[in-house]
Amino acid sequence: MLQKIYDWIDDRIDITPIWRDIADHEVPEHVNPAHHFSAFVYCFGGLTFFVVVIQILSGMFLTMYYVPDIENAWKSVYYLQTEVAHGQIVRGMHHWGASVVIVMLLLHTLRVFFQGAYKKPRELNWIVGVLIFFIMLGLGFTGYLLPWDNKAYFATQVGLEIAEQVPFIGMHLKTLLAGDPSIVGAQTLTRFFAIHVFFLPAALFGLMAAHFILIRRQGISGPL
Amino acid sequence: MHKGKGMKFVGDSRISAERKPNVPKDYSEYPGRTEAFWPNFLLKEWLVGAVFLAGFLTLTLAHPSPLEGVADPTNAAYIPLPDWYFLFLYELLKYEFASGSWTIMGILVLPGLAFGGLLLAPFLDNGPGRRPHQRPVAVAMMILGLASVIWLTYESAAHVNWEERAEANKPIPTSEVEIDTDDPGYAIYENSCLQCHGEDLQGGAAAPGLIGTEHSAEEIATIAVEGIGSMPPDQFQGTDEELQQLVDFIVSVNEQAE
Repeated sequence: MLQKIYDWIDDRIDITPIWRDIADHEVPEHVNPAHHFSAFVYCFGGLTFFVVVIQILSGMFLTMYYVPDIENAWKSVYYLQTEVAHGQIVRGMHHWGASVVIVMLLLHTLRVFFQGAYKKPRELNWIVGVLIFFIMLGLGFTGYLLPWDNKAYFATQVGLEIAEQVPFIGMHLKTLLAGDPSIVGAQTLTRFFAIHVFFLPAALFGLMAAHFILIRRQGISGPL
Repeated sequence: MHKGKGMKFVGDSRISAERKPNVPKDYSEYPGRTEAFWPNFLLKEWLVGAVFLAGFLTLTLAHPSPLEGVADPTNAAYIPLPDWYFLFLYELLKYEFASGSWTIMGILVLPGLAFGGLLLAPFLDNGPGRRPHQRPVAVAMMILGLASVIWLTYESAAHVNWEERAEANKPIPTSEVEIDTDDPGYAIYENSCLQCHGEDLQGGAAAPGLIGTEHSAEEIATIAVEGIGSMPPDQFQGTDEELQQLVDFIVSVNEQAE
């Protein structure tokens, strides 16, 4: 039955080559922890992706309750935390995932660095990876404000003051982020929400796609 | 792939009528013990994922995500702290060479050099050798950068009393409690207590909130007169009857909050 459905679809859109491209790739011995336990260092990249998936899913559920305006943002998070079934767990996963993803990214970056895996011909993939790191830090910074508690508010104010001190463009940069040259308020929250939920994830997906396409084209780096 | 004459298509589409067989590649001639990713390796890899997920969920359940009181821009006493992975950048700005007239150093030059170097590492370290001892400069720079980040983060975090911070910034849902400002006790509260304990009894920088207090009515009366902890005595000065009204008011708000 499944085979029939597959054949019916394959007849019309020829998905076999696409599927073989996705499924067929080698796992060399030196990256396989089943053969060499020390190869667990090759898991960090995959685990980073795993946490990113957790972040996307938990974040999608959080937006079902979260209200990005200064009157209700904190109340909606408090409600989610105290009243909603499993709300505390879902928010906890998003909160801790944000830290764990940074840890995993760091470990993955260090593995690639100390193995010199970024050398020719993999320079471009390293640059894409570092850009993903920057996007993640941006997601961390913008996500921190969203609960609109004291910690969030004052940390964001400090961050914006630092942005303001950048020569020439500082004021514009702050206004772009905060929505106003001096007020950290309703506009700031909606902007950070939009950046956190739409702009940065869009950039992240593009970069992750590039990262995976490149690794698949070039193959994983050989043993040292 | 079939090319040129004799190509067959499905209907009027551009899909080739010839089917490609759906069989995995053969890895038996690859060097070493190479495995196919799908499905051989994935069936093992999900175990790593499952162990990781179990650990992650344990962390999530053991430590509920923190939430502080609702943002109060007028709270001048609050000491801001960024999330832990920004602490090193924050701490850097406290050094003399990275603050004041040298701020540009702290916010642009040093982080720019570090992150710029990271971004361009393949072009700065462009020799052929991959082993760490074949590229001592790159490895030394990375270890130096890593050590600085760890040191700065430690310096920033070590002086913070995290438990005290969490205790002082507990979330209080003020919205649920209606403060009866016509209560005779509220007028007395306004005169004697409001300045520190806040308009809605929510507390402030110098004093705790009064909603959810563990003290009994008698204890509240005693504290109002004699003080407690960092609260000085004689904050309340009035008749015994007024004191009773004040205590009744605070107790009634607490009863309502429960």
